[in-house]
Amino acid sequence: MGNSIEVKDLTLNFGSISVLKNMNLDVAEGEFVVLLGPSGCGKSTLLNCLAGLLDITDGQIWIKGKNVTWAEPSERGIGMVFQSYALYPQMTVRGNLSFGLKNARVPQAEIDKRIARAAEILQIQPLLDRKPAALSGGQRQRVAIGRALVRDVDVFLFDEPLSNLDAKLRSELRVEIKRLHNQLGNTMVYVTHDQIEALTLADRIAVMKGGVIQQLAAPLEIYNRPSNLFVAGFIGSPSMNLLKGRTVEGGRAFQFGATKIDLAGYDGGAVLERDQAILGVRPEHITVSKTPLSGPSIPAEVEIDEHLGADSLLWLKAEGVNLSVRVPVEGRLPPGTKVHLGLDIPKASLFDAKTEQRI
Amino acid sequence: MAERGTHAFAAGEPRGTRPRRALSGRNIMIYGALGVMALYYLLPLYVMIVTSLKGMPEIRLGNIFAPPVEITFQPWVKAWSEACTGLNCDGLSRGFWNSVRITVPSVVLSIIIASVNGYALANWRFKGANAFFTILIFGAFIPYQVMLYPLVILLREMGIYGTLWGLVMVHTIFGMPILTLLFRNYFSAIPEELFKAARVDGAGFWGIYFRIMLPMSLPIFVVALILQITGIWNDFLFGVVYTKPDLYPMTVQLNNIVNSVQGVKEYNVNMAATLLTGLVPLAVYFVSGKLFVRGIAAGAVKG
Repeated sequence: MGNSIEVKDLTLNFGSISVLKNMNLDVAEGEFVVLLGPSGCGKSTLLNCLAGLLDITDGQIWIKGKNVTWAEPSERGIGMVFQSYALYPQMTVRGNLSFGLKNARVPQAEIDKRIARAAEILQIQPLLDRKPAALSGGQRQRVAIGRALVRDVDVFLFDEPLSNLDAKLRSELRVEIKRLHNQLGNTMVYVTHDQIEALTLADRIAVMKGGVIQQLAAPLEIYNRPSNLFVAGFIGSPSMNLLKGRTVEGGRAFQFGATKIDLAGYDGGAVLERDQAILGVRPEHITVSKTPLSGPSIPAEVEIDEHLGADSLLWLKAEGVNLSVRVPVEGRLPPGTKVHLGLDIPKASLFDAKTEQRI
Repeated sequence: MAERGTHAFAAGEPRGTRPRRALSGRNIMIYGALGVMALYYLLPLYVMIVTSLKGMPEIRLGNIFAPPVEITFQPWVKAWSEACTGLNCDGLSRGFWNSVRITVPSVVLSIIIASVNGYALANWRFKGANAFFTILIFGAFIPYQVMLYPLVILLREMGIYGTLWGLVMVHTIFGMPILTLLFRNYFSAIPEELFKAARVDGAGFWGIYFRIMLPMSLPIFVVALILQITGIWNDFLFGVVYTKPDLYPMTVQLNNIVNSVQGVKEYNVNMAATLLTGLVPLAVYFVSGKLFVRGIAAGAVKG
């Protein structure tokens, strides 16, 4: 399988402001890539560049083996779905779906065929003769997806398509998009700031910040082995616990306050001795015990416990640092309880505090 | 129900105060004041209508508020088709048709150009768009008088000074800043994603203009129409400067009738002529006002 999208050294400046910096991104055919990041990180901008809605400053964009850097949006073989649906209000659903095809002078019989197919896939047949104003948010977004579908293109671009929907519809449509991807096998690039969407939908996630891709990897890889402090803090809710300390004994242990934590089994590069290091541990990779553990354990005190339904969150204070720990419902402890924490080192991440990179 | 808070409410007793009666002292004051204001502003109109329906002998009696004893439409006929200005004695009718011939092309032309301008400025951010827009808006603040003479020279050099098309051009140009601003702001308020979607769908500059933007823009076109029709119809300065007596618009013609110095002042004819001249903008307000509201309601831009 070749690459469906290739972004080569893409740079975009708005005046003197550099929005995207020397970006490279390859998306394989049929792959689902999610661009994830906080607002202002350039993810939507990158998508608009792919769509041809923004002229880039430097670099190249290839789609399906063609250099489309300066091609019109309609010539790139892409379909796009927008956050605000962007349906043409004066046209019926059918009119919305056929608008692009009519512009491309597709014969009417073919238009009808494609609309029928898209309507069937998205289950919007009963809505075809309605105006967008008479549709609910979920129906509108279905139509918007249909508009990309009828174009019969290889690449779908989604610009935060679910952000305007309520929580229930969002998860429904999320599943539907995933199903659509499985069914059609198109390449999809999906922009979101919602990490749940990213983790559930993506084959690979590109975490972006400041116009630079921080890490591009499979969801689990990103979750388990974040490449730097930003990714570690951005992915996961509540976010990863970050313990500031230093590595000692030639990199075999981590000194956190008074506690020395053995780093045996750490999954990463050479730790070495660093006088400023950060140990990142996910809330579910900490065990809580009322009695001292066999190995080194961190003394802590429970401050708050939160019900999440399926499990609970304990907010603790250890060595003056706030930590969160995910525990089963039966493991809940009242505030004020003194406990001992054990860390699952093979699943932890160690960062150099100066470079902020994972070791 | 148990007692709640410090207040006890008897069962079934409504909470809150009862709505005020229509004939409260407060309402009488408000509507009274409104009525007086309305009368104050309607009085001149009343005087004009009444006077225009009187014969000259009756006017000479001096009771300007008295209704006509003997209603006559002669002043209206005279104002329309017989009143003299200079050597022409065909009344306002000539001016009316001149005004129509000036207003229609000016309005159509200025709105077409301004809407495309506004659309381009709002959606197709070309290089220098902001500078262009700033200069254009700056034009709105320059007093017309400053431009009068340079424009005379310009029109003369172009060979259209004193022609109808010369005046049409002047009106089109002077309508541009405010109309462009109007359209640009309206088009800017249309969600940008709609425009992007249309581009992905392969619509070009004109395709998006005609098939996406125009159908959503009836209200702003009506606003522009009202502005331009009334503005150009009521224009006096450009009409008198840039045309010849043959082409004088209705306003200039009216002035010439009312201010003619020879002979008797025919107040009834003057009043009738003034009313006739004001009829078109008035009609525009009445007709399009309704359309304007309907346009806003039907537009329902929110998709």
